[in-house]
Amino acid sequence: MSIKDISKEKKDMVSLSRRSFMVGSVKTSLLMAFGASALPSLLSAKEALASKTFAPNIWFEMDTTGKVIVNIAKAEMGQHVGTAIARILADELECDWNKVAIVHVDTDPKWGYMVTGGSWSVFQTYKPMSQAGAAGRQVLVRAGAELLGVSESSCEAKSGFIVSGSKKISYGDIVAKGNIDKTFSADELSALPIKPGNKKHLIGIGNDYKALDIPPKTDGTAVYGIDVEVDNMLYARPILPPTRYGSTVTNVDDSQAKSLPGYKGYKVLSDPSNTVEGWVAILASDYPTAIKAVDMVKVTYNAGKTVNVNEADIQKEGERICRDRNEGTLFVDEGNIVEAQQKAANTIEAMYTTSTASHFQLEPVNAVAEFKDGKWHIHTGNQWQGLTLPAVAKAAGVSDSEVVIHQYYLGGGFGRRLFGDWIIPTVLTAKAVGQPVKMLFMRPDDAMFDQPRSASTSLFNAAFDESGKFLGMEHALAAGWPTLAMAPSFMPDGVDGKGKVDPFSASGADHWYTMEHHRARVINNKVAQETFTPGWLRSVGQGWIVWGLESFIDEVAHEAKQNPVDFRLAMLDGKGKQAGKAPESVGGAKRLANTLEILKSKTANVKLAENEGIGYSVTAGQERTMPAWLATAAHVHVDKASGKITLKKLWVVADAGIVVHPDGAMAQMEGSLLWGTSLALFEHNEIKNGYVAKKNLTTYQPLRMKDVPEMDIEFVESDEFPVGLGEPGVIGVAPAVGNAVYQAVGVRLRHLPMLSSHVTEALSA
Amino acid sequence: MQTDAAADTPLVWVIRDEFGLKGTKFGCGVAMCGVCTVHIDGNAIRSCSYPVSAANGKEVSTIESLNGEHPLQSAWVEEQVPQCGYCQSGQIMQAATLLKSNPNPTDEEIVNHMNSNYCRCMAYTRIKKAIKRAATSSVEYFDPNASKKGENA
Repeated sequence: MSIKDISKEKKDMVSLSRRSFMVGSVKTSLLMAFGASALPSLLSAKEALASKTFAPNIWFEMDTTGKVIVNIAKAEMGQHVGTAIARILADELECDWNKVAIVHVDTDPKWGYMVTGGSWSVFQTYKPMSQAGAAGRQVLVRAGAELLGVSESSCEAKSGFIVSGSKKISYGDIVAKGNIDKTFSADELSALPIKPGNKKHLIGIGNDYKALDIPPKTDGTAVYGIDVEVDNMLYARPILPPTRYGSTVTNVDDSQAKSLPGYKGYKVLSDPSNTVEGWVAILASDYPTAIKAVDMVKVTYNAGKTVNVNEADIQKEGERICRDRNEGTLFVDEGNIVEAQQKAANTIEAMYTTSTASHFQLEPVNAVAEFKDGKWHIHTGNQWQGLTLPAVAKAAGVSDSEVVIHQYYLGGGFGRRLFGDWIIPTVLTAKAVGQPVKMLFMRPDDAMFDQPRSASTSLFNAAFDESGKFLGMEHALAAGWPTLAMAPSFMPDGVDGKGKVDPFSASGADHWYTMEHHRARVINNKVAQETFTPGWLRSVGQGWIVWGLESFIDEVAHEAKQNPVDFRLAMLDGKGKQAGKAPESVGGAKRLANTLEILKSKTANVKLAENEGIGYSVTAGQERTMPAWLATAAHVHVDKASGKITLKKLWVVADAGIVVHPDGAMAQMEGSLLWGTSLALFEHNEIKNGYVAKKNLTTYQPLRMKDVPEMDIEFVESDEFPVGLGEPGVIGVAPAVGNAVYQAVGVRLRHLPMLSSHVTEALSA
Repeated sequence: MQTDAAADTPLVWVIRDEFGLKGTKFGCGVAMCGVCTVHIDGNAIRSCSYPVSAANGKEVSTIESLNGEHPLQSAWVEEQVPQCGYCQSGQIMQAATLLKSNPNPTDEEIVNHMNSNYCRCMAYTRIKKAIKRAATSSVEYFDPNASKKGENA
């Protein structure tokens, strides 16, 4: 599935390209807003903006000092998204960057469908924001020319001024004259040219800038969801049942807790949305009392049926459904793999698995719910309000229009804050107690209620002819599916029409290699699905799918007795469906090959000591409709005695089109490479008796500062359409490390994370 | 400051919910992440695991007490360290005690001192660079101009 498919599925998703755009003076400001896609209103832009006819969404406004406020309908969770979007606008608007401010908005329907995820923000907003800026500039040039008494063609917009020879007028002064009134139809707007990448002066490589959200994140003033308080609120901590689903409370004994000053009783939650089952909320006048009370309240349950499920049960089911060709749905089916296998002189098979992995975003999930003036006001940091809000309304027993989600900074998103399920027990508790409630999850509560990356199983089979030539590949892949659990209407049909596909548990299997025969079958692992809510975790399916794929491609290359890099380059020929499409994947597989060529020469002279190796991978996350072309190399050392893998250095060559915010892109790449390292070598949280076994950082141990490898990150200069970069860096690390380990000591590791015990076991096998 | 909180109340809740100083964050509750780091008599401690009674008569300093004027804070902006930013108060408070006792730390000393502070965005290389910058160079102050402190909703 692609962004486009989602837009089709969900018509109310902001489809800015098909909207009109209005620029008009209102009072002392100049407002600029996207209007309806329907026929132009009978009102002028000025009248429509002033009267808020058809609820125009005010996206930018400029005052008489030339200050521009940009409304941002995206969640800020570390990607500096508001700065990047404002910068795209300001570049075309030619306003003074020092006078630009950003405001993160709440869930008023006028902002359209709200989601921040999939590394989509820049990709989705680049064109409409650029055109909105260009439209604003055109209007200001016209008004400025008139005020200066010169021809429009003699004027140039520059840093907040309209300049004509020696004459100039500031944007603020033009706004003060207050006589602007212009509507661009959707067609006129989309016909406005966007400057090519090499003409941009505020964005792109060589135009670096500082993020507007950073100063408040260094002095303690940034406000996160956890910092919100409202009058008269109670604190709540949940008690989670013995299973994620299907448990019921049979008795609650809070006699001991009653002795605590500040203890305010408990509520057994009843949830019409079935998001939480068998939950008890403990209430107190302060949070430390709620923490203590939870330990003193005894709850008995009828436990759900998954109470004895362990990781091995999930993996066993994964292998079964991968091996059974009747299970699942085809996601890719090129050529005729069955025939190729029958004719083959030789086949190789390999199974790759990954352990369950957790988010452990540092701000535990939390929300404040308050019923005020006939509406539920929710205060929290959330990535996908469009998905969350209807579920909250259903749980609260009200219509969607009676819920407002107020947005705050997110203390880490990484996919955990897409579906804001923690709001549901919060609102249920507030409703039950008839008072505003702040529910905060202690870290173990958060870990148990996480939507972890599912354990996964991938089975590969490659066929070769008598001469050893590679003919094609069969790939079966199984996991718990996040989109099935949380947003099933976003699942497209498989290519064989035999069922639905979770695109976030399939993308990556549709790679950019030219293969005559290629089949990928995706299967939902029902044991995982029933035991927990599988989650979207940074890089999502690509993170485990391409780990297997790019490791197996290495195996295929070795079997074909070819150099793994050259083997890849030969298959990245950009032919047929791999040629790419305008605008998002112009150049196709050729651009991916280019990154690998550059990386190959960069690493040609690296000296390797004994038990060291360099491994490579190529990736194109997050989707074929938005590929960031990345070649990754990892230099490892393996201690044969202890099995310890030391990642010494990572190289990445990335072609992501126009890099809107170079330093921000670099930060995302650094962070995502270390996430990739952490998931490759450190993070695993196996399911034990129905829940993840590791509930705090005492046992769940992501990468820390001492394990940070050296990193060499290079962006290819490109004028192509910008694509998302928040996640793709994660993907290539694990396979590059695994391939390097093979080169170093000759063992093929087929489970994530790659632990020292796997190395010693493989070496002694 | 005075509090009537129970003696065993973790200091973090008194700082945040009673005194209203929200710059100190809560992360793991077991002293494993460092987002709740404050100074007690000049030493970096984890306020989630420090009972309020133990702070009796001692000087407690939080991120707010740096007034945004600490060289580390400017270095953090110059190096564009924070991503989500949630751990950064703790990182800065932890780093401040290093520079106080060791104004010119080596890479290894920085890593040893900072290794127990977790950053989920994994901005580790920039944290290290910013500490180096604060220690070794005169800091250029960054004018945050249009950004409104603390306001994002």
